[in-house]
Amino acid sequence: MRVSKAIYTIWLRDVIRFYREKPRILGMLGQPLLYLLIIGNGLSYSFRMAAAPQGFNYLEFMYPGIIGMSVLFTSVFSAISIVWDREFGFLKEVLVAPVPRWSVAIGKALGGSTIAMLQAAILLLLAPVIGIKLGPLTVLKLLAVLFLIAFSLTSLGITVASRMETMEGFQMVMNFLVLPLFFLSGAMFPMKGMPPWLETLMRLDPLTYGVDALRNIMFATSPARELLVQFPLSTDLAVVAAMSLVFITAGTMAFSKVE
Amino acid sequence: MNIITVAKLQKKYKSLTAVEDVTLEVGEKEIFGFLGPNGAGKSTTIKILATLVKPTSGTAFVGGFEIVRQPHLVRQSIGLVFQETTLDERLTAGENLYFHGMLYNLERSAMAGRMAEVLAMVELTDRKNALVKTFSGGMKRRLEIARGLIHYPRVLFLDEPTIGLDPQTRNRIWDYIHHLRLRENITIFMTTHYMDEAENCDRIAIIDHGSIVALDTPANLKKMVGGDLITLLAPNRSEVKRIIQETFGLAAVESEEQLQLEVESGESFIPSLAGRLNGLISSISLRKPTLDDVFIKLTGRDIREEAADNWGMMRAHMRGRNRK
Ligand SMILES: Nc1ncnc2c1ncn2[C@@H]1O[C@H](COP(=O)(O)OP(=O)(O)OP(=O)(O)O)[C@@H](O)[C@H]1O
Ligand SMILES: [Mg+2]
Repeated sequence: MRVSKAIYTIWLRDVIRFYREKPRILGMLGQPLLYLLIIGNGLSYSFRMAAAPQGFNYLEFMYPGIIGMSVLFTSVFSAISIVWDREFGFLKEVLVAPVPRWSVAIGKALGGSTIAMLQAAILLLLAPVIGIKLGPLTVLKLLAVLFLIAFSLTSLGITVASRMETMEGFQMVMNFLVLPLFFLSGAMFPMKGMPPWLETLMRLDPLTYGVDALRNIMFATSPARELLVQFPLSTDLAVVAAMSLVFITAGTMAFSKVE
Repeated sequence: MNIITVAKLQKKYKSLTAVEDVTLEVGEKEIFGFLGPNGAGKSTTIKILATLVKPTSGTAFVGGFEIVRQPHLVRQSIGLVFQETTLDERLTAGENLYFHGMLYNLERSAMAGRMAEVLAMVELTDRKNALVKTFSGGMKRRLEIARGLIHYPRVLFLDEPTIGLDPQTRNRIWDYIHHLRLRENITIFMTTHYMDEAENCDRIAIIDHGSIVALDTPANLKKMVGGDLITLLAPNRSEVKRIIQETFGLAAVESEEQLQLEVESGESFIPSLAGRLNGLISSISLRKPTLDDVFIKLTGRDIREEAADNWGMMRAHMRGRNRK
């Protein structure tokens, strides 16, 4: 009871702060649209001449990747609020409250995930514009996987933010982590046909399986499925679940050690 | 019954010892003052008692709970106002109170009533829905005190609650503090740099280099300095000096245009002194030793300079923030 109240409180504060900041809302809406329009369209044009197999549509390929990318960036950087709170003192108020630290970390992770999920939901609404039809059940499945991804990535952010004293430090470390995670995830280019060393790296990136899970669900009945997907859905889900477990544990543990 | 018991508390940061040896007891409903120069270890002691920092050695009980083994129970029974503000400035005053109440498991049904009560106590009722970033420094301080009280703590820790505030606001905050003791049956443990404020405390501990160097009531502490100081102006100083020596057996010290003498209790001595010297002196003044004198005697430093330093630090801190 007490713990759920704490989780709810921390979550609510992050959400309230988010909707009070108009630029952040604009950014949340604008950023994915920008990715989709510029990156999606631009890349799909330039890739057209490549020897793509029959039936391979780059925009279709990119769409789940862009959703994954938005969720990655929003989730991971939402944890900067911890560094911010440390700087402005509010963190102390939370740290001396009679609630377990892990419940605070979970509340934070849920707050960041909520915002990332909002963004993902907006992008999913655009599916018809890209020419992809999604049934309500598919959308629900996608949201469920996206939530797991968002929750684990926010936890990754919390793991780093708990150790960082400054915003600059946090941003530096995050860029080091996030950019490789993103570029190796297969969001922008398929794993098939990559040089072996690159393929190995891509197989090591947990996000690869997250993006692949999205494609698996999104194109479950599409004739192009074989071209778009790398692994069976069960493998994807197993890796995503394992990633969540690891990152959430790391995040709550790191936050519990904060002084 | 003592509500705070501290025994041989010590805190080391690598090679630096922030708290060397703090032993003290605070009784229920006491207003306990913690005085000391910058870096003496006041804030560190408060943070240890508030379970935010673990002591290197020593023990402490707050509200009957041990600070290392029962941190959650300690936390539930204390309210805290840190030296630096810990409000969320992007939330409203009401939201800050609400979130605090939630974290301290206040009954939802009691929340609204209690929020109104503490806001009224610090006279911020009409600012409930304003964002905290629009508040002045004094208003923020008052809101923090209100927030620290919302969960009915038994002990309220105040680390420099009045630093950087104007005299009127400081007086108001002291009114709340006195009021609190009557209404909320609360014990107050506070640090301050203002000696005139320290007079409001029931007892004072003076800490220097992490150790307590004196602990007593303000009146007793001042007795450590010696007696009251009486200054006389007289045209014929040597004559007066001789009479004082003969009549009272006291050696007056001649300095510049005046005569000074130290006596146990100035008020009761002045009538007989004036009666005996009638017509020979032009003025008599009496000065009581102040806590400043105590502080200088014990720490070798003048706390008024410290207060000024803190002001400067505080302003620099604020400037740093505003730039962001
Ligand atoms: N986290 C920390 N790491 C290392 N040293 C610290 C830390 N916190 C405090 N100190 C050191 O411990 C000593 C005591 O600091 P503390 O903040 O308790 O002093 P204070 O009595 O509150 O001083 P002030 O009047 O300036 O607020 C100082 O020398 C300070 O530099
Ligand atoms: Mg201090």
